[in-house]
Amino acid sequence: MSAPTAAGFSERLLQGDRGALARMISWAENGDERFGPALDLVYNRVGRAARTGFTGPPGAGKSTLVNEVAKALRQDQQTVGILAVDPSSPFSGGALLGDRIRMEDRALDPGVFIRSMASRESRGGIAAATVDACDVMDAFGLGQILIETVGVGQAEYDVVSAADTVVVVLCPGAGDGIQAMKAGLLEVADILVVNKSDLSGADRLESDLVEALHVRFGRESSFPVPVVSVSAASGKGVSELLASMATHKAWLAERDLPALRLEKRLQRVRAALDSAVSSALWTRLGFGARARAQLEQGLAPHRIAHDLSARALASISPQDLRTS
Amino acid sequence: MSPAKEDATAKPPVTGRRIRILIGKPGLDGHDRGAKIVASALRDSGMEVVYTGLHQTPEMIAEVAVQEDVDVVGLSILSGAHMSLFPRVRSELVRRNMEHVVLTGGGIIPAEDVAALEQGGFAKLFGPGTRTEDIATWIQTEMTKRWSAEGTTR
Ligand SMILES: Nc1nc2c(ncn2[C@@H]2O[C@H](COP(=O)(O)OP(=O)(O)OP(=O)(O)O)[C@@H](O)[C@H]2O)c(=O)[nH]1
Ligand SMILES: [Mg+2]
Repeated sequence: MSAPTAAGFSERLLQGDRGALARMISWAENGDERFGPALDLVYNRVGRAARTGFTGPPGAGKSTLVNEVAKALRQDQQTVGILAVDPSSPFSGGALLGDRIRMEDRALDPGVFIRSMASRESRGGIAAATVDACDVMDAFGLGQILIETVGVGQAEYDVVSAADTVVVVLCPGAGDGIQAMKAGLLEVADILVVNKSDLSGADRLESDLVEALHVRFGRESSFPVPVVSVSAASGKGVSELLASMATHKAWLAERDLPALRLEKRLQRVRAALDSAVSSALWTRLGFGARARAQLEQGLAPHRIAHDLSARALASISPQDLRTS
Repeated sequence: MSPAKEDATAKPPVTGRRIRILIGKPGLDGHDRGAKIVASALRDSGMEVVYTGLHQTPEMIAEVAVQEDVDVVGLSILSGAHMSLFPRVRSELVRRNMEHVVLTGGGIIPAEDVAALEQGGFAKLFGPGTRTEDIATWIQTEMTKRWSAEGTTR
């Protein structure tokens, strides 16, 4: 059997082959060198999907809510891609991917594609390949992409780089409004959801959040973040959430969404460049070995990094960069 | 430094690949303690384990295997319905071009049924009381064999 090629898979992706969609996401996760060329071939189809992130503390009900949102979107004849990220063990590297359990009733719907992702080495709440996976789903033609982050604490915001709209899901019993105020979670939220509204303490959390929002956001230019009360377990409040998602989308459209997305893509280019250049220097050009030797001679880490980067930059001629 | 020399030292095409396995519970029995123990042990041995819970139909298991692009599907069953359910999972997988997936499983399965299933596309079946380390080691060995035979064909 000959090796599956990038071109073959892009072709299959465009024909609606779900196996090709799944395999291209694996390529992205594994750093397979076929991923780049395969995505290139379909990149003109990327950018049509609406991308919504769902983040919040462990057990807040993100998966249950994503399932309800997907159900509602399906009733509206939209197609849905779900990326559900769960944490990898920093010790074994393994992961238990269990978000799908809450999405069982979507399992056989041909208009829904669900992919679990392990966070692997990333610490920002999503996986390094999550944005690539969104692009593949987008090219495949799924209209709505829902991203569920790992259960986050107070400092994981990478979902912002993947989603146009960020929904922060909180629930009573997992901290009060003060927690939300100090955590930057409130700052990344375009929409705040108080889930488990059937439990006591939900009203209190909601009013705390409304108050915290007043304190935080005085700026007129920013989106007026709504607080939506939901019971994902029963589906209550889900249609209000969908309305808020649509409102935010319309607000973005007025504010030059393409420019906002371009900014995020620019950051991806920069991050990819950083890692490609630094790993080439480190291994192929022997900077790693040199740094080790210099550390052994007693030089300070900052000094070594400064000298090595100055050497690398001095060897690049601006003329070369301009002509190529 | 010449570009040709760079190519000679280029990294292999696949980096950081991890074994992805789906642990499925087909059928009606309501006990998933064993499946959960195996799932946790495989996670602890470094695999990415998709767990979908109780009462999965063969169609659901196969469809999840496609979407998750798993390398291995492991089925757990205690109800005695393995001779009807296990082959159906296999045919649903084949129907979805997933014959490359390694099929395994465990539960209370009589020896003659084990032999029949191992003839019918199941790579290996584990009896009750098998140590989880042995399951993990078997999967790792099997995948190492396959990946080195495949080279970069995946
Ligand atoms: N009472 C109540 N329980 C809920 C509600 N939504 C979810 N739950 C329960 O909360 C628990 C966690 O739900 P999940 O959807 O798995 O939460 P999650 O945020 O995805 O969890 P992680 O992915 O582990 O961070 C489950 O037992 C749900 O049944 C709700 O609206 N009300
Ligand atoms: Mg979840």
